[in-house]
Amino acid sequence: MNIEIKDIQKRFGDFVALHRINLAIRQGELLALLGPSGSGKTTLLRIIAGLEQPTSGAILFGGDDLVGQSLRERKIGFVFQHYALFRHMTVFENVAFGLRVKRRRERPGEAEIGKRVRRLLDLVQLGPFGGRYPSQLSGGQRQRVALARALAIGPRVLMLDEPFGALDAKVRKELRRWLRGLHDEMGLTSVFVTHDQEEALELADRVVIMNGGRIEQIGSPESVYEQPASAFAYEFLGNVNRFECTISNGEAVFPGGTISVSEDVVHNGGEAIAYVRPHDIEVFSGPAIAALPATVRYISAAGPLAKVEVAAADDRLIEIELARPVLRALALKVGSLVHIRARKARVFRRDTEPSPGEALSMRGEGRYPEQATPPAPMWHI
Amino acid sequence: MFARFLPRRAPSVLPGFGPALGFALAYLSIIVLMPLAALVLRPAELGFSGFIAVVTQPRVLAALRLSFGASLIATSVNAVFGLIVAWVLVRYNFPGKRIVDALVDLPFALPTAVAGVALTALYAPNGWIGRILHPLGIEVAFTPIGVVVALVFIGLPFVVRTVQPVLQDLDREVEEAAASLGASRWQTIVRVILPAILPALLTGFALALARGVGEYGSVIFIAGNMPLVSEIAPLLIVIKLEQYDYAGAAAVGVAMLSISFVMLLVLNLLQRWHRGR
Repeated sequence: MNIEIKDIQKRFGDFVALHRINLAIRQGELLALLGPSGSGKTTLLRIIAGLEQPTSGAILFGGDDLVGQSLRERKIGFVFQHYALFRHMTVFENVAFGLRVKRRRERPGEAEIGKRVRRLLDLVQLGPFGGRYPSQLSGGQRQRVALARALAIGPRVLMLDEPFGALDAKVRKELRRWLRGLHDEMGLTSVFVTHDQEEALELADRVVIMNGGRIEQIGSPESVYEQPASAFAYEFLGNVNRFECTISNGEAVFPGGTISVSEDVVHNGGEAIAYVRPHDIEVFSGPAIAALPATVRYISAAGPLAKVEVAAADDRLIEIELARPVLRALALKVGSLVHIRARKARVFRRDTEPSPGEALSMRGEGRYPEQATPPAPMWHI
Repeated sequence: MFARFLPRRAPSVLPGFGPALGFALAYLSIIVLMPLAALVLRPAELGFSGFIAVVTQPRVLAALRLSFGASLIATSVNAVFGLIVAWVLVRYNFPGKRIVDALVDLPFALPTAVAGVALTALYAPNGWIGRILHPLGIEVAFTPIGVVVALVFIGLPFVVRTVQPVLQDLDREVEEAAASLGASRWQTIVRVILPAILPALLTGFALALARGVGEYGSVIFIAGNMPLVSEIAPLLIVIKLEQYDYAGAAAVGVAMLSISFVMLLVLNLLQRWHRGR
């Protein structure tokens, strides 16, 4: 089922939650709506699902406009963040609910309901738990019941609002993998909301990055991670080191040093922000060309990549990720003097860059000038 | 002797079980159990057959029937309309909501005799409401219907105030989930919302019922107090006391107590059954 979202706008009084959102969801894809809280991602999901009405705009499901259509007709499976299970019903009855409330002529018989519910419970690996009540299940089990319940109505689209938000890390990982398998196996079209970039990048076919009621970028996990379209996207996707700098004669100048940059500098003398991912920083034990001196402050060697924090000359802390053999070869210790160099960086003009406070603020209005051109990257170091 | 039932364990995170339980039991004994024991012992001087003779008098039976019947009807009315009032107060915003909210508590605060006099004035054949109902052949004041009206009045806050907080805590998402699964509004109310608030509703029902059965002040003004027709059991007890028939009064009291106890027990068991599921 293709879903086309056309010019959707949502206002709550004076507050604009969504600014003219346009988005096409393709048949069979697993789409992530990713953004910080207040970015409008949940509002957008709820509008697509019909739990909320847009102020203006249209939503087309395979060509039919759904705005104003009842939830019953939309046939959307919705999974809530806090499960929203019916506490007074058994797991079996929870899953059967969507079948029991069907209009009489569409409602399957009791035997058929039993068969379908048992099949769904087996699918979510809760076969023996049909007689339990939700309060007798763990968080992960409850979420699977919620999923089975949503699947029972044979939905055209599955929508999940922060589906793993309330679960612990291990269960979250398991459920994530399992959901991906389920999505592929059943040939569903699914949309899920998350504020966890790792989850979005790992699970989704395409990621929609939202901020302040607008879409910042749409693309595959690789492309949004490798080519963030805006400063916001860069900061939001993974750890990043941020250098406020001035561009002058092909060099990015910031307090504590300069980095020479390639020829095609568009913007000479302007304020800019250079972003460098922690794994894009090289570390040398001795001096090297165009490298900054720094002191090691902290080393955490747990995990596949060692995390090293160094302080530059101006005491700014810089986060670095090193492969463990590299760490061993350098023989780093807290207090060692090193030289660091950015292997790869991305620079955005300063005037289009939100201050960190604004990036997370609810008031998305006017953060970018009206009809903002995406803040284009200018050059690579 | 009681300590034998309490396993001697390491100090608990909630200390003070012994003294707290002891105090609670002593307090309940003095305040509740002793008067009740005295009540039960008093008709003992009549003997069992004497007790039966008193409580099977037609006048006593009629009074008991009226007291419990009217209470059940009034409480059922309150269960339905109190639920609606609670729903409106929780779910909608409208000007004057706080005033309406405060109004609900008035029957608690008003001296019951004042309520009785006011209701009688309203429903008497020449009162504001009685004037409309009288030509239609409906007599409220000085009939059993009047008793029900008075009990509806005093019982309303019990239902509203027990259901309201539960309704407030009801997760909006659960209703949305029902709707997204294709349930109509009506199906959502019957299958999802009502079962969730049923325990609170039963509690409110039990409280209002208990209050209704024991109500005296507001009822005696509007009931007319005709023996065998509109005389409630608490009034009959007072009448017997005034005639120095202490044992007879206590016998009626014991009969009321037993019936109330059984009703409340049944309601309690219903709640427990519901919760245990």
